[in-house]
Amino acid sequence: MIRRKFIKQTAAASSLIGLGGLTMGMNSNSLLKPSKKHITILHTNDVHSHVEPFPSNDPKYANLGGAARRMNIIQNVRKENPNTLLLDAGDIFQGTPYFNFYGGELEFKLMSMMGYDAATIGNHDFDNGIGGLAAQMPNASFELLSSNYDFSNTIMDGLTKPYKVFVKDGVRIGVFGVGIQLSGLVNKTMFKETTYLDPIELTIDTVDALRNKEQCDIVICLSHLGYSYKNEDKISDLTLAAKTAGIDLIIGGHTHTFLEKPTIVQNKNEKFVLVNQVGWGGINLGRIDFYLDETNNLKSSSLVLDV
Amino acid sequence: MKRTTLITIISSIVIYTTVVSCKKELHYAPERIKSELITVNNNTGENAEIVSFIDPYKNAIQAEMDSVLAVAPASYTKKDGKFNTAVGNMMADAVYEMTNPVFEKRAGYPFNAVLLNYGGIRSALNQGPITTRTAYELMPFENEVVVVELSGKQMKAMFQYLKNGTAHPISGMEIQLSNDGEIKKTLVQGEEVADNNTYFIATNDYLMNGGDNMTFFENPVSVLPLDYKIRNVLIDYFKKYDTIAPVRDNRFTRDSK
Repeated sequence: MIRRKFIKQTAAASSLIGLGGLTMGMNSNSLLKPSKKHITILHTNDVHSHVEPFPSNDPKYANLGGAARRMNIIQNVRKENPNTLLLDAGDIFQGTPYFNFYGGELEFKLMSMMGYDAATIGNHDFDNGIGGLAAQMPNASFELLSSNYDFSNTIMDGLTKPYKVFVKDGVRIGVFGVGIQLSGLVNKTMFKETTYLDPIELTIDTVDALRNKEQCDIVICLSHLGYSYKNEDKISDLTLAAKTAGIDLIIGGHTHTFLEKPTIVQNKNEKFVLVNQVGWGGINLGRIDFYLDETNNLKSSSLVLDV
Repeated sequence: MKRTTLITIISSIVIYTTVVSCKKELHYAPERIKSELITVNNNTGENAEIVSFIDPYKNAIQAEMDSVLAVAPASYTKKDGKFNTAVGNMMADAVYEMTNPVFEKRAGYPFNAVLLNYGGIRSALNQGPITTRTAYELMPFENEVVVVELSGKQMKAMFQYLKNGTAHPISGMEIQLSNDGEIKKTLVQGEEVADNNTYFIATNDYLMNGGDNMTFFENPVSVLPLDYKIRNVLIDYFKKYDTIAPVRDNRFTRDSK
């Protein structure tokens, strides 16, 4: 079963074979023996205040989504694997009257109840101004991560972190955030003195810190840059993945892209990065399972992508 | 002799192990990654704790949404006129009336006219009670009022755009087309547009940014955002009046053949 899927994957990525990262390993018994560690990542993006399921008369997404159902799925996954991280890639706010009436209070409280571990900041999370975002921070028991927004001259100063390291079953998982350029997208009166820094530069620095200083085994990027753009000069998840190294998974948002399965991108060091995005409105949850072994037990750059 | 060697080996192992364990614990790397897309649909039950947590918020929103602000004596749809409609006139007039004082306070003088877009009228104004929900239905988007300063030339480009005949809501200006669809007369505050004048037009941020191909808004002389959502303009307008009974009029017409 695994082998069939694996071969399928190999064929799809045929142009990349031989460059490292994905090795054949057809005869490898290591596929059959259980992995030492198992980490599950659950993720959402662009939920846009869709606290309740889409109404039954919605032309496209009738009866889909809803926080109460999402909670059940999350609980079931956690029962199956307690070593689960729950992450969101931004644009938590804006889209239903729940935001207009309560300014994001309910969204943050529900995410805290669901046990979200971390989220990054989307452009719409500034829709009530940077003060409106800061005002909701007491309702968030999860981390708000951003490596490339400099909030030091704003009310958000000290309320976010560039990254956070989670330790699950002895595995060190580094999660960091990157956000989209705000000028042209968000009114300056909303983001005030927030400074946007180059996502590639900050990603390189942050991944270096996570891999070397923090000794992380898995590195995950929460991105609100958008999946890809026709204008290749505009930084997207696909270009970020290709121009950096050391990231295992980019969980994206902003473009509301419905991916059936993660896109496999080759990074600067010819290793594979997964880029995923699951639409918007809480319609889907993405699930990525990492099976890990001790590095000295693994053949160098051996990785099976069963996606 | 033999024994000493063995001890040396053992002790060096101990030292080596200590050094290594100080340096780090075990390192892990992924050997397999698997993915799954989980759709949140009605095959999944609802978590009771979340449902009961949402309930008070939901009920309060419903009560607020259903609170009656005014009454409409008839139903008005955006299909009830060719060049101007009662509901469109109401929206443009509401922007004119509710936001001009805000602009005047900041700028020191009033703006001249309002231009919205026909596509931005998202529902009918139905006969009966007008509620907050009505404002959300008419304007579900978050667009805000911006006042754009245009040159006389840009104003003429605007009228060229409008002569295509879509009933984009306007207020404070008039357009009269001849029976062959050419511009016969255009007035802003009752006066013809002068090339060397500038004009202040209230619109929304979507149109200012080129929405609906309103390219005449590109490169304006100046822009002043009012931080006032169109939806809130409507809510405030509905609160101000007991009865909302807009009419179709002569602000945008075409001569009959």
